[in-house]
Amino acid sequence: MPRASGDDAAAVSVRGLVKSYGDVKALVGVDLDVSHGTVLGLLGPNGAGKTTIIRILTTLLRPDAGSARVAGLDVVADAAKLRERIGLAGQYAAVDENLTGLENLTMVGRLYGESRARAKRRGHELLERFELLDAAKRPTKTYSGGMRRRLDLAAALVAKPPVLFLDEPTTGLDPRSRLQLWETIEGLVADGTTVLLTTQYLDEADRLASEIAVIDHGRVIAGGTPDELKDRVGGERLEIRLDEAARAQAAADALASMSDEPPGVDGDLVTVGVRRRGGAIVEAVRLLDDAGVGVEDIALRRPTLDDVFLSLTGHAAEAAEDEQAAA
Amino acid sequence: MRRLFTDTLVIAERNLVRLPRAPELLVAFTVQPIMFVLLFRYVFGGAIKTPGFSYADFLIPGIIVQNIAFGGFVTALGLNEDLHKGLIDRFRSLPMARAAVLAGRTLADVVTNGLSASILVITGLIIGFSFHTSVLEALAGGGLLLLFGYAFSWVFAFLGMLVSSAEAANSVGFIAVFPLTFISSAFVPVKSMPSVLRAFAEVNPFTITVDAMRSLWLGAPAGNDVWGAAVWALAIIVVFAPLAVARYRRAAGQ
Repeated sequence: MPRASGDDAAAVSVRGLVKSYGDVKALVGVDLDVSHGTVLGLLGPNGAGKTTIIRILTTLLRPDAGSARVAGLDVVADAAKLRERIGLAGQYAAVDENLTGLENLTMVGRLYGESRARAKRRGHELLERFELLDAAKRPTKTYSGGMRRRLDLAAALVAKPPVLFLDEPTTGLDPRSRLQLWETIEGLVADGTTVLLTTQYLDEADRLASEIAVIDHGRVIAGGTPDELKDRVGGERLEIRLDEAARAQAAADALASMSDEPPGVDGDLVTVGVRRRGGAIVEAVRLLDDAGVGVEDIALRRPTLDDVFLSLTGHAAEAAEDEQAAA
Repeated sequence: MRRLFTDTLVIAERNLVRLPRAPELLVAFTVQPIMFVLLFRYVFGGAIKTPGFSYADFLIPGIIVQNIAFGGFVTALGLNEDLHKGLIDRFRSLPMARAAVLAGRTLADVVTNGLSASILVITGLIIGFSFHTSVLEALAGGGLLLLFGYAFSWVFAFLGMLVSSAEAANSVGFIAVFPLTFISSAFVPVKSMPSVLRAFAEVNPFTITVDAMRSLWLGAPAGNDVWGAAVWALAIIVVFAPLAVARYRRAAGQ
């Protein structure tokens, strides 16, 4: 028997999810939890299994094993009921190119079982909110990429779903449209919507997600807040570019006392993990000056999610993506 | 069940509303069949002997049946596009009746087929075709025509989801169906064909349907053709509708 969503601690709860396509194992046991009103970012290269997770959670695909509940409903047993409570915006903008923006939203509303008049009113409301009212009566094939994405997102919001799934919402968008879409998503979350989004972009996960699950080869390989993940890679590091690459070893020796680990050397670049942020730059400059090493540039850098990804998977997000595209 | 009905209408409406905005489709529905009628009537017509009929009378039922079989092409192209552009995912994530996606598509075809057939009849009337039967029989002919077209919508729905691209749907449909329509009584009397082709043409559902149309519109002796045509159409639906639904489930569930 389906439980009411209020009874569940989490808006999305996934246990031991397994899915294969023939011989290809897409998911090999995924556990996830998303609290109400938060954003979970699924981060990983193409082919890692992110889209498969979304497809199972939105009832498009049946899992081979494991269980998943969304808004208190089982994705298999309560699939029909669940479809009334979720919104999905896909990788490609799933709108009918030959329909106008308003016709698209009206159609979706009617397929939720609304009358034509109510569906149309809701469509108007959403077009206004997404700043598409001027284009309401134009076929969407005349829309820009950013406008289509906004319409796609609007279509996902027609039934005011408490849980929203966004599969790579900004892939292929220009920076300005991306920023707009991010702000829209942040607005939805502020209104209490729970969001599960997939992305290959580390900055996107960093900006939007309150929790991140890093997915690779069909499993969750790390999870936590963006800050926790960055801390796991190590604290802040100093990047020092020297006048002469020949002096790099001397610089590394001079800086060794600042860190628990030996400094890294790469040409004229020396990298030092630091214990404390305060005074680190001053101390490094003093040590290097004493050793007679000339410095061209020095900066304190926090690890990015790129570093996280690299250290967790042993490969960069972008490179893995190319592998998948070639396969 | 009520849900299936209303959702089917919503999807059918979607497919009809978009039609005037895709000019290439409108041309396919209107200009192209008219062009074929004129070509056959005035280029080949003089060389084809059709005992008992004028060529205009002989041609129109044949070319209408051929044309309506291809009406389902829009379904093949449209479903293929919907699958690849993610619209099917959107539909499947909605609390709608799942069968409505295919039912709405094929229902929309019935409307466009009716439109297309009407244009052909009017063109026919202008170039010398006329009905030789009662209004009731003529209407029965129209009904049979739409049923036959509906059956082929399911064939094309299946094909459209079977192949990888809209272009492939186009060529497969063309190669599979086009010869069938020509090795029939649609454009020439079957008696004029070499014996092997003739044997095939005589059992070809296109021949049976065209002959049924000629009996309902021109009063040609029908034999069992009218019932035969109806049975063929229903048989095609019985075979291809489940195939299309199964294919839809598979294609969409990946």
